[in-house]
Amino acid sequence: MTVTGFFTDSTLCIGCKACEVACKEWNEVPGDGFSFSGMSYDNTVTLSASTWRHVKFVEGEPIIGTGGNGGAEMTWEFSSDVCKHCGVAGCLEACPTGAIIRTEFGGVFIQPDICNGCGYCVVACPFGVVSKREDDGRVFKCTFCYDRQIAGLVPACAKACPTESIRFGELDTLLEIADARIEHLLSSGMTDATLYNPTDSSVGGIHAFFLLRGDPRSYNLPPDPQVPTTLLAAGWKSAAATAGVILAGSLLAFVLGGSE
Amino acid sequence: MSEAGSGRASETRLEALKEQALRSGAVTAEGIRASGGPLPPASPTTGYYGTPLFHEPTWTWEIPLYFFVGGAAGVSAIIGVTANINGLNDLSHDARLIAAAGSVLSGVLLVSDLGRPGRFLNMLRVIKLQSPMSVGAWTLLTFSTAAGVAGAASLIDQPGGNPPLRLLGDCSAILSALTGAVMATYTGVLVGATVIPVWATNVRTLPAHFGASSVASAASLLEICGHRQRGLGRLATLAAAAETAAAVHLHVRTDRSLEPLKRGLSGALTTTGALLSGPIPLALRLLGSRSVRSRQLAAVSSIAGSLLTRYAWVSAGKASSRDSSIPLRLDRPASTSEG
Repeated sequence: MTVTGFFTDSTLCIGCKACEVACKEWNEVPGDGFSFSGMSYDNTVTLSASTWRHVKFVEGEPIIGTGGNGGAEMTWEFSSDVCKHCGVAGCLEACPTGAIIRTEFGGVFIQPDICNGCGYCVVACPFGVVSKREDDGRVFKCTFCYDRQIAGLVPACAKACPTESIRFGELDTLLEIADARIEHLLSSGMTDATLYNPTDSSVGGIHAFFLLRGDPRSYNLPPDPQVPTTLLAAGWKSAAATAGVILAGSLLAFVLGGSE
Repeated sequence: MSEAGSGRASETRLEALKEQALRSGAVTAEGIRASGGPLPPASPTTGYYGTPLFHEPTWTWEIPLYFFVGGAAGVSAIIGVTANINGLNDLSHDARLIAAAGSVLSGVLLVSDLGRPGRFLNMLRVIKLQSPMSVGAWTLLTFSTAAGVAGAASLIDQPGGNPPLRLLGDCSAILSALTGAVMATYTGVLVGATVIPVWATNVRTLPAHFGASSVASAASLLEICGHRQRGLGRLATLAAAAETAAAVHLHVRTDRSLEPLKRGLSGALTTTGALLSGPIPLALRLLGSRSVRSRQLAAVSSIAGSLLTRYAWVSAGKASSRDSSIPLRLDRPASTSEG
């Protein structure tokens, strides 16, 4: 099977949220209620157990000439966020039940019939994607439309996207398309266009990567995400040393003898 | 900003607005954000409107209590063996019983924290060395089985009684001591090997810190049960010294990720826990080593401190998860053209 991916090109996004709705409807994800965030046109706020696609609305300082929708008044960037389906996935490494697996398409999938809601993946995701649904007890995130992919269909969000901002396909092909696209944008004068795909970090690249304008931090994308398994060696060494000291110390403490 | 544009909502402010309107015919001010309060922008120095990058840890009250109970039970199992080797049979007996009871309680706490407690057995579908949660589940299973058998054997056994039973009990006790050493320390790795900044930066400190805390609580529990061996006092004194060192180590570092240990509710819990498990019992034990009363007070203080410390760390983790400045590197200067 080929490894598939998402290439989300924010320069093509019109902020229509068709992806959010398509995802919720296809996957029967519960609603988040109505609340007003005050964050531009974004009342979804964050990816969560009940939001697997999230369109971000980033308002910025005006850039004369390439000011986006707002003309000279301000820039307004839209970007549809999603689970990154990391090359080395923190959630998958942390899962003690084997509920989280890598599918034949290279995606990271939580098997809902296995998850027992221990919540360890929530603190292992360097992108803050996985979360627990309190009324259900289990954790949920984007399935990469595993069911649709098995059936040879495009994920719901990509299918509903009216501008091909969300492109789905073979990962290697998408990476080539992205390289060509960014080259085109940079040579056209859009000098703040950037690809977000942390290949040099311990997450080993992501299968859902992004083309953005400006600094990825404005989109809550960490500059240097790390899989927490990189900390294991240090932690276990300390644990082993401590365990040794406790065992030896406890033996010595009584060998020295004495009562009262 | 105009001259009328700086004040907060108040009667004076409204009068100032009216006065400016009458005088100049127009009032200008920055206004407020529509959400009803100042909202950080989406920028490289504030992240996405200041929203947290991570979700809060989902652990409820059972988990810090499990860290405490599991750790104390683990070290009790160790004392159950080392006391036995040194001929302290009464101490060994009680230590094995505490280990057995603690191991059962640990299991109950761990299962009840799950979102789907009925699926606890799914933890035993796989063995994953790269998951401290998986290693912990298997360790607890082995530990509670061994500690349970050792405890039961210790209860049934009579002086000069059944040699095969004694052998089974002793072998189980040794296994429970070895897994008990993991129980006392692995929770530090569990907490440390995560993305939560205050936990991750302390991945080396936490196993030693929790280990010392476990020694202090096990020795103190046995002292409260009426055991007076010098060995117990030595263990508890050393653990209190280690806890004092850990508290100093965490307090003197100025790393921004440690702020939840110093401020707010989690900071207050940390400080109280550190005082109760470090300097207070250490002073009581060193200055009043002859007095049974000060030993008992030190024991109670250590247990309370040890328990509070685990709650403090989980609380600090929750506070840390809400601060995106470290994972997003918001202190780094903005770079506009990369890629």
